[in-house]
Amino acid sequence: MKLSGKVFKYGANVDTDAIIPARYLNVSDPDELAKHCMEDIDTEFVSKVSKDDIIVATTNFGCGSSREHAPLAIKTVGVSCVVAKSFARIFMRNAINIGLPLLESAEAVDDTDAGDVLEVELESGKIVNTTKNQTFTAKAYPEFMLELIEAGGLVEYTKRKISAKG
Amino acid sequence: MGKTLVEKILSNKSGTDAVAGGIAIAKVDVAFVQDGTGPLAVRQFDEAGFAKVANPDKSILFLDHAAPSPNQQLSNDHMLLRQFSKNTGVQLSEVGEGVCHQIVAESYASPGDVVVGADSHTVTAGAFSAVATGMGSTDIAVAMALGKTWFRVPETYKIVVNGKFQKGVYPKDLILHLIGMIGADGATYKALEFAGDTIDAMSMVGRLTIANMAVEAGAKVGLFASDETTRDYLIKQGRGDSYVAIAPDADAVYERVIEIDAGTIEPTVSKPHTVDNTALAKELGDVKIQQVFMGTCTNGRLNDFAVAAGILKGKKRHADTRLLIAPASRKVLSDAIAAGYIQTLLDAGATIMPPGCAACVGVHQGILGDGEVCLSTANRNFKGRMGNPDSYIYLASPATAAASAITGRITDPREVV
Repeated sequence: MKLSGKVFKYGANVDTDAIIPARYLNVSDPDELAKHCMEDIDTEFVSKVSKDDIIVATTNFGCGSSREHAPLAIKTVGVSCVVAKSFARIFMRNAINIGLPLLESAEAVDDTDAGDVLEVELESGKIVNTTKNQTFTAKAYPEFMLELIEAGGLVEYTKRKISAKG
Repeated sequence: MGKTLVEKILSNKSGTDAVAGGIAIAKVDVAFVQDGTGPLAVRQFDEAGFAKVANPDKSILFLDHAAPSPNQQLSNDHMLLRQFSKNTGVQLSEVGEGVCHQIVAESYASPGDVVVGADSHTVTAGAFSAVATGMGSTDIAVAMALGKTWFRVPETYKIVVNGKFQKGVYPKDLILHLIGMIGADGATYKALEFAGDTIDAMSMVGRLTIANMAVEAGAKVGLFASDETTRDYLIKQGRGDSYVAIAPDADAVYERVIEIDAGTIEPTVSKPHTVDNTALAKELGDVKIQQVFMGTCTNGRLNDFAVAAGILKGKKRHADTRLLIAPASRKVLSDAIAAGYIQTLLDAGATIMPPGCAACVGVHQGILGDGEVCLSTANRNFKGRMGNPDSYIYLASPATAAASAITGRITDPREVV
């Protein structure tokens, strides 16, 4: 699967309160959540983001709470994937479970600026910055996690396992 | 090859030889959600087509993050969770019972357990020598249904702490000091294992404070070997029979060893807006505070209020500083009343709030105004955490919080005692 979009760039420790503040956690409608995505650190994000755009950030993206609403808000607002130097672990599990692709590549993050266009091939982890004409490769996922991603998240994976046993 | 605590527990619970870097599918002993993450877990449970919970006696729904509910949407969320409890037989911890992690400590977690919760501070139960970690709603929905979950077995950092704390220094200062040293992502995906004579001498309450904040360095879990202190705590909770002695092997392999001399630590504060942005309380200068918040799964326990009451006895809060107190559980509140701490705090001008998360998460009870500054005993000071992105949160120990409530500015507790 090939993804392509323009880049929104952030720094280190973008936490789950920044991605979706707790005051919206009583909202269960993903579209409502998406309206408030990133609002405490970037008030213009929601108005400027287009479908398939890509968030690029440095280290520890998604740190903080276990709220699955965070990757859900990012996915629902239209972001196709997040590229970072590193991700917080609960955020990473949650993103896989709800089908938001994450890619780790320090080089891609260092050499990419806001507004650049990236093309991402999920299977190979190839990241191309078409604005700057540079190519990077993201860190590969462990095999077990790839199976989860390919199944479309934990719920689908579990359903398949249960029906395979059945 | 010897095993670390996390390798030992995951080997036992998976029936395999769990080694750092591998994947283990482990039996889950305790699984829970809270009222922020629970509704989504219920939706995913239904979506996956599950009808039954594997272990309803040790699956819990906690109403603590917005309790009592401040608005109709959250009240409806609470109704949904109550109904799920009726349908499946899982335990419901009602409004007013307290914070999930404290009740898990009092009533559920035991040495050697695997504890998973849809809340990042599930790591708190690592104090019992349990593999305790936070996950999202979907993971917990599946863990409740199947009674198992998957883990990437983490590498371990051993944190060796020796020496005696100076007067005015507490376990909270130690964990803030450590996070300041290694950073908010200093232990991402890793397990922390605490050892050394300072840890051996530390109370369960101190260990719970430290385990609670392991996630603030990115760690998957913060573990302590179980010992007589663990056993005594379990006996006091009426659960002495659940005690098991667990220790790492002498030849366990650690990715990194960090040594800390407890005697060199001073009262430490995390400045806005990250937990690793630490400084010494005495070096902060004149930081005026409009609110002090004492409570939470980090520092809302009986010993914490004992320290605060000791400092505030016969004193008054500063006229410009509100003092909010939220015991971590009904039992803590009850014990603090019996010990006279609550009366002392009331006399000092405190506002006593119901057991629960209270002001910590910014959905009710103590949301900050524009430009206001709060000194909190909680674990997280992210921008907007307490409900207003235009406000500032500092984190510190209950002693520093109590001293600061008197002076109205962030104060090293050694100044007032």
